Amino acid sequence: MEIDPFIFRLSIFVLSIFVGYYVVWSVTPSLHTPLMSVTNAISSVIIVGAIVAVSDLSSEVSLNLSNTLGLIAIALAAINIFGGFLVTQRMLQMYKKRKKEKLK
Amino acid sequence: MTPNLAASFYLISGVLFILALRGLSSPETSRQGNVFGILGMVLAIVVTFLFVDILSSSFIFTICALVIGGSIGTIIALRISMTAMPQLVAGFHSLVGLAAVLVALSAFYSPETFELGTLNNIKKISLIEMSIGASIGAITFTGSVIAFLKLQGLMSGAPITFKGQHFINLLIGIGIISLIIYITINQSNYIFWLLIISSFLIGICLIIPIGGADMPVVISMLNSYSGWAAAGIGFTLENTALIITGALVGSSGAILSYIMCKGMNRSFFNVILGGFGETYSTLQKNKDKKPVKSGNAEDAAFLMKNASSVIIVPGYGMAVAQAQHALREMADSLKKNGVKVSYAVHPVAGRMPGHMNVLLAEANVPYDEVFEQENINSDFASTDVAFVIGANDVTNPVAKTDPQSPIYGMPILDVEKSKSVLFVKRSLSPGYAGVDNELFYRDNTLMLFADAKKMTEEIVKNLN
Repeated sequence: MEIDPFIFRLSIFVLSIFVGYYVVWSVTPSLHTPLMSVTNAISSVIIVGAIVAVSDLSSEVSLNLSNTLGLIAIALAAINIFGGFLVTQRMLQMYKKRKKEKLK
Repeated sequence: MTPNLAASFYLISGVLFILALRGLSSPETSRQGNVFGILGMVLAIVVTFLFVDILSSSFIFTICALVIGGSIGTIIALRISMTAMPQLVAGFHSLVGLAAVLVALSAFYSPETFELGTLNNIKKISLIEMSIGASIGAITFTGSVIAFLKLQGLMSGAPITFKGQHFINLLIGIGIISLIIYITINQSNYIFWLLIISSFLIGICLIIPIGGADMPVVISMLNSYSGWAAAGIGFTLENTALIITGALVGSSGAILSYIMCKGMNRSFFNVILGGFGETYSTLQKNKDKKPVKSGNAEDAAFLMKNASSVIIVPGYGMAVAQAQHALREMADSLKKNGVKVSYAVHPVAGRMPGHMNVLLAEANVPYDEVFEQENINSDFASTDVAFVIGANDVTNPVAKTDPQSPIYGMPILDVEKSKSVLFVKRSLSPGYAGVDNELFYRDNTLMLFADAKKMTEEIVKNLN
């Protein structure tokens, strides 16, 4: 009997939880805020679903409910992607090491 | 592009996201990590464009939506102040949640586009996956909106509790689970909408009883939810990038919630059930007034100038007063006088994990002068002055001595062990936990009653 593809996805899911567990524990506590903003940004990869939702749109037919919802979702996810990565970048730029006092 | 090729690219994108989080293990590698994250996102989006026919007329619409959302996001990211980070993150969480709901809805209404079956005849497993994704997404959405309102001050931070609250939550919870099961039998629009509406409702009910200072846990928890919602949608769309990301974000948020709860020595359920800090404050009020020593900026400046080491303990009050820049100036003047300055950050200082560190970094405090609790606690005993600015409960020795106290057992910063303590605070009012801070009445404590920023600025004047 063939294995249901669902089981493969479940395996990826479970293993990723473990990867996440170990990777996140190694994040230094001083970077926990950037961690939150970057996880926010990457979870917006949900945009791929929204792009698919719009994909059946053609010039002959007007927007259906599904397309409309998809377009809104794209815009929302885009706010998060741009906003999330940029604000993370802004924060990370601020983390600086102690300057050599003599250079001042 | 063939489905197999697309799936391989999605896997790569998932790996890039793992590397993005991995980079955050130290500030040096973090910026590179963020670049990996951006690459992963670009890859996922480009692959999706190539996979769904790029020349279809939907492309222009998609680009428009992307540009609109992208510009809004860019403007927000560039303008937001670092003090407002907690509400920004809460706001972003709500968008992920809502996006998950919308994607689930559009998959429900046109399953053909997603290859999940036909209308009213969607595969059972896909139905369950999208229902779970939509439900968690909806909870994330309304929960984050409430958290945002509380953090932004548009809604009182005080816990809202009423009789039978937990019972109602339980009923709605059972209702949601029943609806998810029922929808596999009857694929009606009404059931799906009912499911989403009940999830919206429970999202609100879950967050209103949680008080302002428990927000670090709430934000981390919602972070986790947004991940699980994304994973649910990932299963529906059979998309590896989404499944991996959802799992990463879900476990990340869960770990942060755990760290925050541990920082307060409270169980997760204790925080979630809410209402903390109400009952205890009344108990404390009838205590007799004890003498307090208070001083001014001149005294504080004199004391610190003559010290050989100073540890600064920042808390939420510093963030509210925006005192971080003044604080850095104070530290600079002290360093010029040969005083060794370091910062001690408690895990739950501020309104989100790592909040203090970002604010100090913003004020150009080098990150290697900022220490976590476990790394600096033993240094207090050999320190001349502890300068507590805007923190309270996390310094209260009662947590170690009085088993009756609600904060008993909470790991605190051993501020009381330093030779003298300077406490910048507006008044003697107790902190969030409603517990009087014993430290105020100690002989070696000098209270500086003022706004944190004004006081720090005056100290700087007196130092120069």
